[in-house]
Amino acid sequence: MAMALRKIGKDGISIWRRGFSSTSGLESSSSRDATPVNLFTAINQALHIALDSDPRSYVFGEDVSFGGVFRCTTGLAERFGRQRVFNTPLCEQGIAGFAIGLAALGNRAIAEIQFADYIFPAFDQLVNEAAKFRYRSGNEFNCGGLTIRSPYGAVGHGGHYHSQSPEAFFCHVPGLKVVIPRSPYQAKGLLLASIRDPNPVVFFEPKWLYRLAVEEVPDADYMLPLSQAEVIREGKDITLVGWGAQLSILEQACEDAEKEGISCELIDLRTLIPWDKETVEASVSKTGRLLVSHEAPVTGGFGAEISASIIERCFLRLEAPVARVCGLDTPFPLVYEPFYMPTKNKILDAIKLTVNY
Amino acid sequence: MAAFSAVKIPPPQFTTVRSSSQRPGSSPAHFAHSPSAFNSISFGSAKSVRSRPLFAVSSDVVSSDKTKPASSSASNPAVTREVALELYEDMVLGRAFEDMCAQMYYRGKMFGFVHLYNGQEAVSTGFIKLLNQSDKVVSTYRDHVHALSKGVPSREVMAELFGKATGCCRGQGGSMHMFSAAHNVLGGFAFIGEGIPVATGAAFSAKYHHEVLKQSKPEGLDVTLAFFGDGTCNNGQFFECLNMAQLWKLPIIFVVENNLWAIGMSHLRATSDPEIWKKGPAFGMPGVHVDGMDVLKVREVAQEAIARARRGEGPTLVECETYRFRGHSLADPDELRKPDEKAHYAARDPIIALKKYIIEHGLASESELKSIDKKIDDVVEDAVEFADSSPLPPRTQLLENVFADPKGFGIGPDGKYRCEDPLFTQGTAQV
Repeated sequence: MAMALRKIGKDGISIWRRGFSSTSGLESSSSRDATPVNLFTAINQALHIALDSDPRSYVFGEDVSFGGVFRCTTGLAERFGRQRVFNTPLCEQGIAGFAIGLAALGNRAIAEIQFADYIFPAFDQLVNEAAKFRYRSGNEFNCGGLTIRSPYGAVGHGGHYHSQSPEAFFCHVPGLKVVIPRSPYQAKGLLLASIRDPNPVVFFEPKWLYRLAVEEVPDADYMLPLSQAEVIREGKDITLVGWGAQLSILEQACEDAEKEGISCELIDLRTLIPWDKETVEASVSKTGRLLVSHEAPVTGGFGAEISASIIERCFLRLEAPVARVCGLDTPFPLVYEPFYMPTKNKILDAIKLTVNY
Repeated sequence: MAAFSAVKIPPPQFTTVRSSSQRPGSSPAHFAHSPSAFNSISFGSAKSVRSRPLFAVSSDVVSSDKTKPASSSASNPAVTREVALELYEDMVLGRAFEDMCAQMYYRGKMFGFVHLYNGQEAVSTGFIKLLNQSDKVVSTYRDHVHALSKGVPSREVMAELFGKATGCCRGQGGSMHMFSAAHNVLGGFAFIGEGIPVATGAAFSAKYHHEVLKQSKPEGLDVTLAFFGDGTCNNGQFFECLNMAQLWKLPIIFVVENNLWAIGMSHLRATSDPEIWKKGPAFGMPGVHVDGMDVLKVREVAQEAIARARRGEGPTLVECETYRFRGHSLADPDELRKPDEKAHYAARDPIIALKKYIIEHGLASESELKSIDKKIDDVVEDAVEFADSSPLPPRTQLLENVFADPKGFGIGPDGKYRCEDPLFTQGTAQV
């Protein structure tokens, strides 16, 4: 599953560089300073930049001060001090509510929930408080400075409580944004954009890729736009939509499908809500077929929303029903993880079935 | 024995208002017709509830130096020979089992997140060996030894760790989720604090059976033990359950295994008042601090707490000062704890301490203890062989036990039950 060094695809990516980036004066993007780093290092860089550029930003969570269990927060406490980077006790509900309070007073609160599986005690605060703060106070207050970062997704041996993908629960809450990067370069840009976005954002990081994904990432401060999907591979027979770690599996399926003469268009949604319906719609208008794939269980997963919306918009254009290749409707299993997961072969089968419908 | 007065835990002096102004339903009225049926609390006259005194019992270890565990005079051992050997064997089993887990993990037979209990055996043995079969144990992710002490066969636990079909949860739970209906082990919780409300509910059930359904036992109420760590004591669920348990006088003992560290967070830096036993009296129950590296002290405290619960006097919070010799999990490099702290507690190894005690008091000879060691080694080896040779669960087990009715996935578009459709396990929605 190791992803090789990937060239930064310049097509379709708009890179928003801040005026005081460290590579000032260089107009050509190909000569910017960049180093190959993995996902947790990219996220670490983003956090360093975020704390550096705003003195009222804070990073906190369980075990963050020594660097975190995934090393995403290394060096922050030493550099910015323990009043800005600190450990919390083991109370997710408290962490989320506390972060909302900080954000409500104009601070940037970057809270870490150690595993997305543990986010459920915080779910109440996020759904009932964070999402509704601006709305019910009539814009007197808002918690836009809130960013919740959490590792999500399967990791091969995680079992029930270290592998869940809860993004669909948060996608059902108007007022929250949900962002999921697929690679180190995307992660740094999207995280900085999420932190600086004036809305509360839940940022899920695919833990499988923390060490495995390596990519050239610019050392500078840069942001990637939210609510913009990215077409990472062009094709004409079928549109594949995914996010996070699942994209690398979808990509492998694309390669295999190519050998059988099926040309696949691959889209990374990047922001799950509010999601970029136009890009997906344009793609499906071109190909006439759609397949969505995610690790979370199929029933009620976010693929259902994508499917319903696209059918509304592209009904007459569709050549086949929208296919969803997702996790099974069981709790995330322990030994059965390979059977549960939406693997490349399952996706390939679904591609063929859809194309030959 | 020094100033430790665990045997004399008097009930807390409540000064609650017992008048008609009391909110209806605030006492467990669904059980009782007369409070005296299960309340040995003396109710004073109407006084402010705020003047309730802080009540707790603590061992001498709180104030004194952390020296080797005190033993009574050589002529008066605290336990009989049988009990001493039982305790020794149980602790050695816990240690040998966990060491074997580490070996198997590094050989790739076991996978996932495994959390070992080395160093904390005195707590598990001290408490669980006093329980009956019908008493319940609720644990955390560091649950292998709790399951073993409660009587779950080593073979079943090892097979569960290997993910085999012969494991106690048929391979579906893994290291962090040990369950056994036969031995009343209610799990195994990966999420900290999640087991405590479950234990509280189990205690309520035991009380209901005893008081209302009149399925009383001569020894008294069935007791539930909830084990959890120091980090959990900052979590909301803990406090909610302390309140409920005391409110309804449930036969539950909250056992805090305070090993000072929550992965990399020191308890002292994460808690406003690090003395956890004080949180008991804040809710109206006794709070006890005990040296968790000394199995005899733990057992003494456990005896009193369990007796209280059986008599219907309600919950107790016991804080056991203990230490884990290994990292948080087998993936934890354990770089944050200072070597002298580790050395300090390694010198208080509960197994070595008990061995010394047994030999000093002439309860058994060195060779008898060695033969117990050998026996346990054989048991653990046998468990590994059993687990190794057991089959993996069949693929059909993947869809079982999601709902009570395996057909609970409903009917697919072709009119057949979804769980019978081979495409269902391929994860494709019907195309």
